Amino acid sequence: MELAIGIILGCCALGAGICMGIGAIGPGIGEGNAVSKACEAIGRQPESKSAVTSTMIMGCAISETTGIYSLVVAILLIFVAPGLMVNILKEAINLL
Amino acid sequence: MNRNKRLFKLVDILYISMIILPIMIAMVIKILTTPLSQGISISGARIFFSIPFPVQDLIITEAQLNSAFVLISILGVCLFLTHGINSGNLTTRHHIAEWIVEKVQGLVDGNMGEFFKGYAPFVTAILGLSGFSSLLSLCGLFPPTSDINIVAGWAILVFILITYYKLKGGFLNYLKGFTEPIFVMAPLNVLGEIATPVSMAFRHYGNVLSGMVIAVLISSALQGLSSMVLSWLPGFLGEIPFLQIGIPAVLSVYFDVFSGCMQAYIFAMLTMLNISGAFPQEEYEMRKKKKLLKIKNK
Repeated sequence: MELAIGIILGCCALGAGICMGIGAIGPGIGEGNAVSKACEAIGRQPESKSAVTSTMIMGCAISETTGIYSLVVAILLIFVAPGLMVNILKEAINLL
Repeated sequence: MNRNKRLFKLVDILYISMIILPIMIAMVIKILTTPLSQGISISGARIFFSIPFPVQDLIITEAQLNSAFVLISILGVCLFLTHGINSGNLTTRHHIAEWIVEKVQGLVDGNMGEFFKGYAPFVTAILGLSGFSSLLSLCGLFPPTSDINIVAGWAILVFILITYYKLKGGFLNYLKGFTEPIFVMAPLNVLGEIATPVSMAFRHYGNVLSGMVIAVLISSALQGLSSMVLSWLPGFLGEIPFLQIGIPAVLSVYFDVFSGCMQAYIFAMLTMLNISGAFPQEEYEMRKKKKLLKIKNK
């Protein structure tokens, strides 16, 4: 029983770490691209700085969404999933 | 004249207390309901009481209560800013109110077009509510936007508006929109329709919640660090959390102030773009012309 609970907790923590780690790659690359292009645009046309900046922040926030999804999944894995899993395990053992 | 002036001041004081009192009450409730022994921990909204209900118990949480207090506070701000605006002599607060109205009207006109001119109050309400709710964490309170139920409520409201404006082009056109490229894509289109409110809610809630989690992690790490550094001192001297003074506040400037205001702006922006994007202009005008023709023929 202790071993099973230990495995559950460990796997939840591992899954949360992997989820956050891989999920942060995409938004990082995407936001980097967006900011680099915005810098190029501002360098070419310095008078359009305010419009470019506001659009860039908007785009950054939208491309951040997938990262936020992985964050939500990681938080669920850390705080919600272990309790649920342990309850399911206990019920299964009681049924046996 | 003098009596009028005194009345004006009295009403002013009433409005200011309407702004400040709800936040004070929320702080008092927070202090009274937090157990003494609790250290720094990451927890969701505290449940105050639940009312028995047929399908599921109605639960009143900290987030709901705080958002209600924020509503009262924002109402106080609006009343204070517009108090005596028709009296003839404009003061600073009237200029602030006019500035807000002008800015939001410009934003709505630029992004939504002619048909949605009346949407400025709605967008201002979303901006103010979301911004105030996120900034509530500066007072040490639980920000309502870091609870998904609150944000999901706003997102569902936006979804209803989107569907309403899609239906303006006729019900058959709305159904036809789901089979856009080919007929097989219908399930994917339905999923995409549902994904809009879900992604809006998750984006706002995840950003505010991540700020809260990082703040808690850093302050607990600083607590451990300062107790490690000072542990050789005798008595209470060893328990002074000297690293916890100031450093979390610097981080909260980014995570609470910047991120909160940013997310409010983005939520309002997405609301405007989604609603104006859902409205089929040509179909609506065609239907209007047809209706006019029918009335004329009769």
